[in-house]
Amino acid sequence: MNKIVVGLVFGLILGAIDGATAWFYPEARSLMGGILVGSSIKGMIVGLSSGWFARKVESTKWGVVVGAVLGLVFAYLVAAMQHEHYLEIMLPGFVTGAIIGFLTQAVGAKPATSSAAR
Amino acid sequence: MDLSDSVLDHLRHVAALPDLSGTRYEMESEIGRGGMGVVYAARDLQLDRRVALKVLDAALADEARLIARLEHPAIVPVYETGILPDGRAFYAMKLVSGVRLDHYLDGAPSLAERLRVIRRAGEALAFAHTRGVIHRDLKPQNVMVGEFGEVYVMDWGVEAVAGTPAFRAPDARLDQRSDIYALGALLRFMLPASPPPALRAIAAKAMNPDPAARYADATALLADIERFQEGQAVDAWAEPLWHRLRRFASRNAVLLWLLAAYAGVKLLLFFLRLF
Repeated sequence: MNKIVVGLVFGLILGAIDGATAWFYPEARSLMGGILVGSSIKGMIVGLSSGWFARKVESTKWGVVVGAVLGLVFAYLVAAMQHEHYLEIMLPGFVTGAIIGFLTQAVGAKPATSSAAR
Repeated sequence: MDLSDSVLDHLRHVAALPDLSGTRYEMESEIGRGGMGVVYAARDLQLDRRVALKVLDAALADEARLIARLEHPAIVPVYETGILPDGRAFYAMKLVSGVRLDHYLDGAPSLAERLRVIRRAGEALAFAHTRGVIHRDLKPQNVMVGEFGEVYVMDWGVEAVAGTPAFRAPDARLDQRSDIYALGALLRFMLPASPPPALRAIAAKAMNPDPAARYADATALLADIERFQEGQAVDAWAEPLWHRLRRFASRNAVLLWLLAAYAGVKLLLFFLRLF
């Protein structure tokens, strides 16, 4: 499994889990379907980007950083669409992105040539 | 005229020196002796370099030819074999500059360094076994660590000595399994005072009194050491659950911390809502 597929799979799973935690907010329960889909897509986009980065650079540290930044950015975009719940969306999105970034570095076949960042 | 004991000893020593006439070597000094022969430092006059000359009884000339067939980074290369004018066999080999393993530990090397030395010695053993050669006397005195960290296993195939007690298998056979026993004893010798249980178990398995219960070959033993170094479970040890969990946590520390951070963030946000 190459790193991009790894990113997509983990992004989908972790994005879905992150979205599912919205169930603990009663006001969000009526919107669960949309939240789950949106969070999963957000996760897949972060995973795809992190996977692409992992193919280019072999570094756990930078994988986590890039994943976290991507997760934060896309979480901000989602929160900005609703103009609320910035903290509840961005903070978990930041950490979820970091996890996806780590997993794309740790799992999956390395390409034939890649640069290893110190 | 009576001669003193010291003079007699000197004369006996000189008489025992090998006759190197007709060879390209010039004697320098004796550097060691074992049950099977004496090792001298000598100078190769043709190539102008120092070599080690091991002089054996002629009956052991086969040992020299045996060693010469083994070409491996951890086996001292043999340059030449032959018969001296006095009928004794000799072989000229690389003069290794370094320390014997029994003195190597005086430098308090790290566990990683100790295991590196064991692995290099084990690789030499594994290679020799594929060539049908058994060491028969593996012990710290027969392993040297060179000045650049290179490892050499020496004194191969010496059947008559058949092992040193602490490193000799209890079974009478001299085969690969007895070499495995000696390698396990070498590992145990190299381990620090409070070794990790997995390494103790690897040494114990190699030194099992029942040859059939030991590792099948040196490669299997080395693979278990490699698994230990990579944080994986080793075949020799049925580790308890708590140790397995600790090892899992150690190997996956980053992921576990990230998951803990996620859980922490979620809990924090949840409680912030409440207040």
